[in-house]
Amino acid sequence: MSSHRFVVSVMPKPGILDPQGRAVEQSLPHLDISGVTDVRVGRRVELTVEAPDMLAARAVVERLASEVFANPIIETWEVAPASLVAVAG
Amino acid sequence: MKVGVVVFPGSNCDRDALHAARLAGAEVELLWHESPDVRGVDLIVLPGGFAYGDYLRAGVLARFSPIMGAVREHAAAGGFVLGICNGFQVLAEAGLVPGALRRNSTLRFEHRWVRLAVERTDSAFTRAVPAGRTLRLPVAHGEGNYFLPDADLDVLEARGGVLFRYTAPEGNPNGSARDIAGVVDAGGRVCGLMPHPERAAEAVLGSEDGMLVFRSLVESVAISRRALSVA
Repeated sequence: MSSHRFVVSVMPKPGILDPQGRAVEQSLPHLDISGVTDVRVGRRVELTVEAPDMLAARAVVERLASEVFANPIIETWEVAPASLVAVAG
Repeated sequence: MKVGVVVFPGSNCDRDALHAARLAGAEVELLWHESPDVRGVDLIVLPGGFAYGDYLRAGVLARFSPIMGAVREHAAAGGFVLGICNGFQVLAEAGLVPGALRRNSTLRFEHRWVRLAVERTDSAFTRAVPAGRTLRLPVAHGEGNYFLPDADLDVLEARGGVLFRYTAPEGNPNGSARDIAGVVDAGGRVCGLMPHPERAAEAVLGSEDGMLVFRSLVESVAISRRALSVA
């Protein structure tokens, strides 16, 4: 068994109204910021999986992403090994 | 008729639903979310509230409660299920009714009275509603913005899956696709409804219209039992 750390990014599907993104966008004029458009707000989940190998670990994360972290009706998701993504902290 | 109201951590309309079902003439009991058993009830109500704090997405964590396996079996066996507000979100996340409930397009928690058009009065959930009658019920939610892709909405509408729509004068409070406020599954036994019938179950609450939903279910259970005893 080995430990594998992943980053899952969840985003509202393209073309679907993202009320959070819109709220952010609408508040920008109050900061005297202009020229910012198409703000979309998503979610990032980081997790560590114990599994025999990377492939098995990834399968667990893919399942979690599609069944729990994202709602496939309204969101898309992307799974990546943490080593390939800048991980905060 | 026996009604079981599920209590999730964070449910806050469970007692109201219990009270409304009792007023409609049902025997009632609360069902704890950790119980894997729904104790032979005819109707399961998933009440409003903020199950599991609505973390991640409203309804998604509640979907994994032990009781939800029993709810799924109950529905598969033709039992009645009514998900109200957060209960609708749980049913949608569980895939027991179609669609997803997104953040309100107004970007606000909407809590106010709305008017509902009843699209069908031949359903298990609306049979006591006089034809042409609209319902005055309150909404109280931050994520009630019903969504399905257009093609799926067409399928839903074609099979009579839309039971309730927001209508004038207050109109659509949350940006829901096609003003949809409540839907029913393909079997006609599982309904998700965003407004709160249990909060409009007595004149003192400002409306008794919600009782029409609970009375419909009492009638539907009686009809369903008669059909079973004949068969």
